[in-house]
Amino acid sequence: MTAPIKHGVQFPAERARTTSFNEASARMRLELLLDAGSFLEFIGPEQREVSPHLKIFDLPEQFDDGIVVGRGRLDGAPVLVAAQEGRFMGGAFGEVHGAKLVGLLRAAREIESIPVLILFDTGGVRLQEANAGELAIAEIMRAVMEARTAGVKVIGLIGGRSGCYGGGGLIAGCCSALAVSEPGRIAVSGPEVIETNRGVEEFDSRDRALVWRTMGGKHRRLLGAADVFTDDTVQGFRDAALRLLDVVGPYGLDKLKAEQIRLADRLRSFGACEDAVDIWTAEGIVHAEDVPELPADQFIALADNIGRTSRDAR
Amino acid sequence: MTLDEVLASLFPEGHDVKNDGGVVSGSATLRSGNKALVIGVADRAPLGVDEAIRLSRHVLDSLSEGSGPILVLVDSDSQRMSKRDELLGLNEFLAHLAKTLIYADMNRRPAIGILYGHSAAGALLATGLATRVLVGVPGATPAVMDLPSMSKVTKLSMEALQEKAKSTPVFAPGLSNLSRMGAVHVTWNDAVPLADQLDTLLLNMPDVHDRRDVIGKERGGRMKAAEIAERVRDLALHSQ
Repeated sequence: MTAPIKHGVQFPAERARTTSFNEASARMRLELLLDAGSFLEFIGPEQREVSPHLKIFDLPEQFDDGIVVGRGRLDGAPVLVAAQEGRFMGGAFGEVHGAKLVGLLRAAREIESIPVLILFDTGGVRLQEANAGELAIAEIMRAVMEARTAGVKVIGLIGGRSGCYGGGGLIAGCCSALAVSEPGRIAVSGPEVIETNRGVEEFDSRDRALVWRTMGGKHRRLLGAADVFTDDTVQGFRDAALRLLDVVGPYGLDKLKAEQIRLADRLRSFGACEDAVDIWTAEGIVHAEDVPELPADQFIALADNIGRTSRDAR
Repeated sequence: MTLDEVLASLFPEGHDVKNDGGVVSGSATLRSGNKALVIGVADRAPLGVDEAIRLSRHVLDSLSEGSGPILVLVDSDSQRMSKRDELLGLNEFLAHLAKTLIYADMNRRPAIGILYGHSAAGALLATGLATRVLVGVPGATPAVMDLPSMSKVTKLSMEALQEKAKSTPVFAPGLSNLSRMGAVHVTWNDAVPLADQLDTLLLNMPDVHDRRDVIGKERGGRMKAAEIAERVRDLALHSQ
């Protein structure tokens, strides 16, 4: 690779600093996250590899099936990347969508030395091809663990509009480390799903404050589920990815055993808490009810002070 | 089949498997004389944080003490849908359970799922789909997504969905659909002792390589997955 042209460098960095990760498209996120001009897509939209199933439901297809995969460079070093497009079918996993990520992870396992960044933005399984989507997620989980076993670092970046729900949440749980922003929600059952199945008394999906503090990025960071919290900019996620690539260590049985202890401790400490505010209070945060309002810099200082992390235990 | 019937048919040599509120655990002696770890979910129980952490502990304990295969019996609901479970990070607990099974399978403890009842969504991902071989028992009723929910989201009537389901296995519930996808490797015969069929499976275990996408293509259920994954893999390997 040749070095990027000097006068072209400043402009994308400035754009990355001012562009909301949450509002950007998957392609824009990758363009601004990676070194300028370094992205190369595998099976791009020009190949029109669309879902073979959406036409059964008379639904529009998208030429990339809602996910962009390829390779690029981050601070000069090669990375494999996948970015889900939350604005197409809620970023949901279908057959083609999922298979692209499976292939990327299988290549990473063979290469061993090149990390993978997954920019999650998904509601989970695509209902119209539910069986294929569910199975793709199972294959991705397996492929993530095989890649990590081979020494590959797999970093999840979560800050998209559709959050990281359903099977996406399980894949996130398989990653080496996660970076999250305030709008980045991580859960298995979405608010509407819980309300539909268990009633509004169990979960009021229209109570947005409840949704954010139960599933949002701040709570996930304070629980230690995510290692880095970033402001909602593409540059913030770029810095977070670089930081995590620097600290992630090799995977093995010791990590699994440590995760068992970490999660069992969480149940013991917080299992009786009724609300996120109760958990934050139990973690020693004074005025825990103010956490949702804290600006990013103050929140990051608070979270780092609590110091809860999943490092070496996931 | 009920859990007791499955256990009796699988382990005529004896077992100490217990069902504690839907969380199944214990060990069994195989015909070969080997011991197997047995875990699972029974009575169509939902899989939440409390259940998942117990199951993953059984797998981890067995890694240091035991040998032989790990059998995962599945008759579950979906993941437990509750505020508390999500508040505590259910995604991490389910992923952790799947990771213990995948780790065991990759390290000389072949994991075999036996789907004899219901299962759905996140619970299936954390149990049966995290094994190397998933066996279906006739009468099993897996449903990644149930048709009433799908009807609500797609705004199509149940009748319209059932009509579409005749032409494709890609979305509708059922063991045969999951089998055509490549998710269920083999469906056993419940008129023959399951122990015989387990013996046959253990003698012919496929290697650890995940071939579910290839099987899905061979069975006409997923025509694109294997090819797309292979093309991306190839491009990634040759673009370095």
